[in-house]
Amino acid sequence: MSSDVRFTDFKSDVQPTWCPGCGDFGTMNGMMKALANTGNDPDNTFVVAGIGCSGKIGTYMRSYALHGVHGRALPVGTGVKLANPDLEVMVAGGDGDGYSIGAGHFVHAVRRNVDMTYVVMDNRIYGLTKGQASPTSRSDFETSTTPEGPSQPPVNPLALALASGATFIAQSFSSDSQRHTEIVQQAIEHDGFGFVNVFSPCVTFNDVDTYNYFRDAIVDLDETNHSPNDRESAKDKILEADKEYMGVIYQDDESVPYSERHGIDSNMSEIPDGAPEGAMDLVREFY
Amino acid sequence: MPDDLNWAIGGEAGDGIDSTGKIFAQALSRAGRHVFTSKDFASRIRGGYTAYKVRTGAEPVESVVDRLDILIALTERTIEENMDELHEGSFIIYDDERSTMRDVEIPDEMIGLPVPLKRLAEEAGGAIMRNVVALGAACEVAGFPIENLDEALEKRFGSKGQAIVENNETAARLGREYVEEEFDYDYPYELICTDEDYVLLNGDQAIGMGAIAAGCRFYAGYPITPATEVMEYLTGRIEQFGGTVVQAEDELAAINLALGGARAGARSMTATSGPGIDLMTETFGLVATSETPLVIVDVMRSGPSTGMPTKQEQGDLNMLLHGGHGEVPRFVLAPTTVAECFHKTIEAFNLAEKYQIPVYLTSDLSLAVTEQTYPPEEFDMDEVEVERGKVVDEESIADWQNENEQFQPHFPTADGVSPRAFPGTSGGAHMTTGLEHDALGRRTEDPEVRVEQVDKRDRKVDTARERENFDYREFGNPEADTLVISWGSNEGAMTEALTLLEDDGYDVRFISVPYIFPRPDLSEEIDASETTIVVECNANGPFADLIEHDTLTRVERINKYTGVRFKADELAAEVKDVLAETGEVAQ
Repeated sequence: MSSDVRFTDFKSDVQPTWCPGCGDFGTMNGMMKALANTGNDPDNTFVVAGIGCSGKIGTYMRSYALHGVHGRALPVGTGVKLANPDLEVMVAGGDGDGYSIGAGHFVHAVRRNVDMTYVVMDNRIYGLTKGQASPTSRSDFETSTTPEGPSQPPVNPLALALASGATFIAQSFSSDSQRHTEIVQQAIEHDGFGFVNVFSPCVTFNDVDTYNYFRDAIVDLDETNHSPNDRESAKDKILEADKEYMGVIYQDDESVPYSERHGIDSNMSEIPDGAPEGAMDLVREFY
Repeated sequence: MPDDLNWAIGGEAGDGIDSTGKIFAQALSRAGRHVFTSKDFASRIRGGYTAYKVRTGAEPVESVVDRLDILIALTERTIEENMDELHEGSFIIYDDERSTMRDVEIPDEMIGLPVPLKRLAEEAGGAIMRNVVALGAACEVAGFPIENLDEALEKRFGSKGQAIVENNETAARLGREYVEEEFDYDYPYELICTDEDYVLLNGDQAIGMGAIAAGCRFYAGYPITPATEVMEYLTGRIEQFGGTVVQAEDELAAINLALGGARAGARSMTATSGPGIDLMTETFGLVATSETPLVIVDVMRSGPSTGMPTKQEQGDLNMLLHGGHGEVPRFVLAPTTVAECFHKTIEAFNLAEKYQIPVYLTSDLSLAVTEQTYPPEEFDMDEVEVERGKVVDEESIADWQNENEQFQPHFPTADGVSPRAFPGTSGGAHMTTGLEHDALGRRTEDPEVRVEQVDKRDRKVDTARERENFDYREFGNPEADTLVISWGSNEGAMTEALTLLEDDGYDVRFISVPYIFPRPDLSEEIDASETTIVVECNANGPFADLIEHDTLTRVERINKYTGVRFKADELAAEVKDVLAETGEVAQ
């Protein structure tokens, strides 16, 4: 890995089509900075994205990347990382991708604790389809498909992660560039599944969870006496429904990633020109 | 004395039927005899019944037949279930001291051998060994030296300690001696042992072994009958070769995990059955349009929906050929025997990587559960060739970059196959997407680029047709007026049916097709025949439809969709019926 990589090296020459002011710009910039700060370069980085505004990120970044189907980015990222542990794998998605159609995969990706990073651009709305309720929309949030509001509580992704055995849970805000970059960087450096839920406001379709709302509501955990290693305290913070915390909420320092638990340490793309040595023993087993 | 023997043990699920049958099959294989096994899982009448059947010969056996010579019946139901296959002189071994078997009536033309299985087992050290007592009894009837059981018993019970092994050996001998002393029948069987060393394996195991041989390192799957054994085989073995098995949360995840492994450059595979293919179809289009090499195994079972999960059917053909929205090429291979499950798996990996295309490998329940003997040379690992296609490295990557030094993973080459750079390759960073994309893998809706990319993907099929040999396997008389065509697992039953037909004076040519797409053109063969019959295990004959479409000729059809595979004698009779109806009596 070259040490002179700058974050702009992770930028592609495609102009984003996100709406001007979209939180995803800040979210992506922080991801690129965090990747550069952690010594990665585009040729050893693999970005996986799903569908939605967030899904476009692979196009705007320069790295190896797959823009997959809706909700399945985490299994793809898991496959990439296990097949070649030398790669830095970053999975990006939105709240719909991760907590609705992909909610099942989220739970199991957290459980596996593969050493990769999952950044969710949570705007609490379906933006690409022009403004329907998302799984993190407020219960009284009026949209074209929920004129009275969804009338059901939003998913608490942090609680879902904690209940699934997460080893790293964080939340950041796209417009606080420095803190967002730091937090994603910590997720990358975490030995296991680094999960960051990013408040990434939709300026076009969400007039409730706006920049102004988050600026007022956010409490930076760095300015409290919270210790991320304290699971009980993390649980209490996560279950406080009316608070928007920013920072690393929980981190398990004892985390042992999947590849270590399963003895996976080789780049599986490298194979011999014929059957592997010892393959004839497989035949002999059937005597 | 007849050397071709059909043997079965049947009872309730949980009676240890499978492991007992396996011990007998293994003993026969170790004694240098050919073996072909099958399983009855569930009932035509009601649930619970299960049986393990073994057909053995000194010559290769490739099919089940409608005949049962020796039956170990642990329940009365076992006899009822097999009445069609039992014949005059069949031997039925049962425990007449078991309360449920006391009043069993053995049909007059058959010979009942009441053996106190439980009592003798207790004498040997425990009632749990009653099936082994029955095995010993069956050895006496079959004219099979009891010592042959010992090695198989050692293999089965060795991990439980030598005492257990010895108790089982004693149990088997008590069963044999009881039959020898108590009954005075003239048993018409003598199973000749040879010095041959055979291996005994089923289709799922053969696929798993083929995958490891081919360099597969990444497997993701979700358990489903009858494909689970592929995953079970790989677990604990693939790791020894630097690979891994991931149990996914569902089939949606399984195929996406495998897709991730393949994008990272690993030879990757997933295996499932029809209901899993339904779910995987969502991601299939992404695999195909992102031109990712992936092997997807469909071990077919009876559908639709949950269907008959433990029953045979070849009903998924159209889904594999056409499943998914939009148009994108895929290859479909259908191994025709247990050994071909091994060979075609290796070929599937090579085709997948050479043409950067998903390959469906479609086996079925009958191949999955059949244990068959082969000489070990059949699986010669020195013959395995790994062909990875157009993989570029750091030196050659510049040849495939555009003027901005960007790598072009979907460059529209003359043969349709683009360069492939594994992640980590310097200068190779690129994206790809399920959106229509340009040479760089970036989204486009430009009409010209769209057409260029569709044509490029389709061109890979033309290239494969030119470079590969998608040929059929041929049996019987190539000059015969009657042509039988089948695909997949029907080959064994049909090759044996050929012999039966020949014996009755019928002259038949048989073409067994392992390539569904791309597939051989059979126009000339069909033109040269008077009658063409397509045999397949489904109701509506999707393969016959393909043949008719390819050759613009109507064909006769033999379809079976009872949930049970074709049997050689049954198939021979059906071919005769078709020929009688069409007026082609070749006698």
